[in-house]
Amino acid sequence: MCGIIGVIDRTMSRMDGSHIKRALSLMDERGSGEGAGYVAYGIYPDYADCYAIHVFFDNLLEPKTRVDAILKQWGRIVHQEEIPTYEQPGLKKEHIPWRYFFKPFTDLVVGSTNPDDDNVTNLVMAINTEVEGALVFSSGKNLGVFKASGWPEDVANFYRIEDYKGYIWLAHNRYPTNTSGWWGGAHPFNLLDWSVVHNGEITSYGTNRRYVEGQGYQCTMLTDTEVVAYLFDLLGRKHGLPSEMVVEALAPPFWDEIDEMPEKKEEFMKALRLTYGPALMNGPFAIVVATKDGIVGFTDRIKLRPLIVGENGSKLYISSEEAAIRTMDPDVDTIYMPRAGEPVIGRVVE
Amino acid sequence: MSLGSVPLKYKISIDRDQCMKCMRCVDNCSYGVYRIEDDKIIIDSRKCTACHRCISMCPRDAINLKERPVDYRSHPLWTTEAREDVINQARTGKIILAGMGNAVDYPIIFDRLVLDACQVTNPSIDPLREPMELRTYIGKKPSKLEFTKNNGDIDLTTQLTPNLKLATPLMIGHMSYGAISLNAQLSLAKAVAKTGTFMGTGEGGMHESIYPYQDHTIVQIASGRFGVDIDYLERGAAIEIKVGQGAKPGIGGHLPGEKVCADVSCTRMIPLGSDAISPAPHHDIYSIEDLAQLVRSLKEATNWEKPVFVKIAAVHNVAAIAAGIARSSADAVVIDGFKGGTGAAPKVFRDNVGIPIEAAIAAVDQKLNDQGIRNEVSIIASGGIRNSGDLAKSIALGADAVYIGTASLIALGCRVCGNCYRGLCPWGIATQKSELVERIDPEVGAQNVANLIHAWTLELSELMGAAGLNSIESLRGNRERLRGYMLDQGLLDVMQIDSVGA
Repeated sequence: MCGIIGVIDRTMSRMDGSHIKRALSLMDERGSGEGAGYVAYGIYPDYADCYAIHVFFDNLLEPKTRVDAILKQWGRIVHQEEIPTYEQPGLKKEHIPWRYFFKPFTDLVVGSTNPDDDNVTNLVMAINTEVEGALVFSSGKNLGVFKASGWPEDVANFYRIEDYKGYIWLAHNRYPTNTSGWWGGAHPFNLLDWSVVHNGEITSYGTNRRYVEGQGYQCTMLTDTEVVAYLFDLLGRKHGLPSEMVVEALAPPFWDEIDEMPEKKEEFMKALRLTYGPALMNGPFAIVVATKDGIVGFTDRIKLRPLIVGENGSKLYISSEEAAIRTMDPDVDTIYMPRAGEPVIGRVVE
Repeated sequence: MSLGSVPLKYKISIDRDQCMKCMRCVDNCSYGVYRIEDDKIIIDSRKCTACHRCISMCPRDAINLKERPVDYRSHPLWTTEAREDVINQARTGKIILAGMGNAVDYPIIFDRLVLDACQVTNPSIDPLREPMELRTYIGKKPSKLEFTKNNGDIDLTTQLTPNLKLATPLMIGHMSYGAISLNAQLSLAKAVAKTGTFMGTGEGGMHESIYPYQDHTIVQIASGRFGVDIDYLERGAAIEIKVGQGAKPGIGGHLPGEKVCADVSCTRMIPLGSDAISPAPHHDIYSIEDLAQLVRSLKEATNWEKPVFVKIAAVHNVAAIAAGIARSSADAVVIDGFKGGTGAAPKVFRDNVGIPIEAAIAAVDQKLNDQGIRNEVSIIASGGIRNSGDLAKSIALGADAVYIGTASLIALGCRVCGNCYRGLCPWGIATQKSELVERIDPEVGAQNVANLIHAWTLELSELMGAAGLNSIESLRGNRERLRGYMLDQGLLDVMQIDSVGA
């Protein structure tokens, strides 16, 4: 199961977290109270040019000392603090959520066209694989993931997400199967600017994982969803594919359809499938991916998980359930169901 | 002085009550087991190879065969085979020749691997009702897509190099005309044309009766360069450089002069009746850069229109060698495991040299992946693939496609008797004797082989559907969907799979 919902205000007008909390809590039936999470874009305007690095610390002694040292070696910590939390009857603090606002030293990464991002990616991979008791779960600029094991409303109240205002929100209500409800296993998953919420299971995970690992990523979260973030980072950021094309690579049309396409399109799709065969995602899934520029929702090629889209003016909603959208926005004026594999894209209008 | 005779390998008996003396056994046995004396069928069991031709042709099921009817004193080290080999070599002073694949009782890793299926959290897919994609492209792939955007139009800058398009990830490996008969090769050619896949010509040139199916052939260049000219290269859909063979890594080939009839001599471009000896190495490939040069030369000769494969035997260092091949212009690496078949190989090589294909696939796939170039080159696996389960497991371990050899011959009648090198194959496969070759009707043979390919393709679709996968790309290298059953930790680590239950 799992329930997902995402919203973007294309004019970048910011919304507080109270609405999405209500919408996600409506889908409690899709979860099991073992994991929920939110990500919001535009929440740290004062540190907009810093990477906001959210870390779960098991304690503030050795793990934090080591993370501090790694960060200071590779850049400058502009500001750091514990993320304010408020314990709930059903949700106690198992880890200490911490945030750093971090500027990497640009000249430390050689041979990269995007040294800042590559620097931070390397840091995240290094901390998550090497530092016991520390897990980076959010690393983008002007955005933050807030997640824990618990019901959606408890997690929202734990972080008081109504205190944050963002122009993009994604939220996820988890029914775990792969890993028990540990905090790191809750969605959204994030790397740099990419955040992912996912309902379903990626049966091609082994293939996708090997592919991203061959390209320098390390899967550390014990679940299939993080690979989606890495695939988007690889295809979207490193290879420069636009979002529609990334979705076409991850959930491509069938060969029978491609064979019937006009010649130029056919040639393009063939090249895309041959180049990105190991990135093709199989299995039942509905996914919403966000970046600072917008959100993309899509399902697997035969749509084995639900996905519903709603629109109201500058706002675009993507969710597992229509009721959740209507809870967030009773005045929503368009509701439709996208076809299998069809990308639903909401972009910010500058 | 005399060592005497060794006991019979097989004992043939005829149920005389059942026998109606139709003499089909007499006519069919090319090894001379049966003869008629005074209207009675006399049996010389010592000549029997257990090819089953007589048994399969007997209308009354009157013939019985027993293996090893005479016991030796049992001994765990000095097995019957060990003793008989010594006796044989004491007599002859020669290298022992053997046919078919490795006959030592090594564990079969495929049988210790189990596949996955979906339950609840991920629905299985019914291939009868949903699309199921087995289409496989063999050849170089770009590492990333390059394109330009012009007024909203996307124009590809990336140019795909020629790839072979397979309807199913299953091809027929290289068995030359010479090693097998023309009717056998023609059956295979017709079968691959019917099923949308490809076959290897082996190192023996291409006979003109294969020309109509040349678009479904991969022409082979081996160290003897038999039958190679520019026409041969241009006829194939792809070209394969054979460096080694799983059944006999490190040594060349030998087609005895008796098998070099007029037709074979023309196709191979060698004198009639002469032994065709392929040297152990290619004498223009002493290094990886020499190989890269040959790959480029072949591509240059064919206007860069043909994919070029390089076939190596699975040896200890197979992964590093494959990585070297992947860096050349080669489109695919063919790895042939030590259980691969052969017409003739020195027994000591067949049974002792090389590594199993399962471990080789995993090691090569891993090495290429570690170097970030796995998707840029294809991996074709061969050597002991017996059924669609082995096929699915090969792909999950990391192969793009497989070659089958022995399985396709069994579909033509072969019973794996292992006497291919004697040229007397009663099934008309490994022989050039016209009266035996005629036993294969290429139309019927083609249908049998096509049936086999079709059946495995159906089973592979079902296995994939059950695993919730609807395209072959998602099975390739998907080791999460494999588990090892009673495999040791060393092998689990090499193959990077978990144990059952984990």
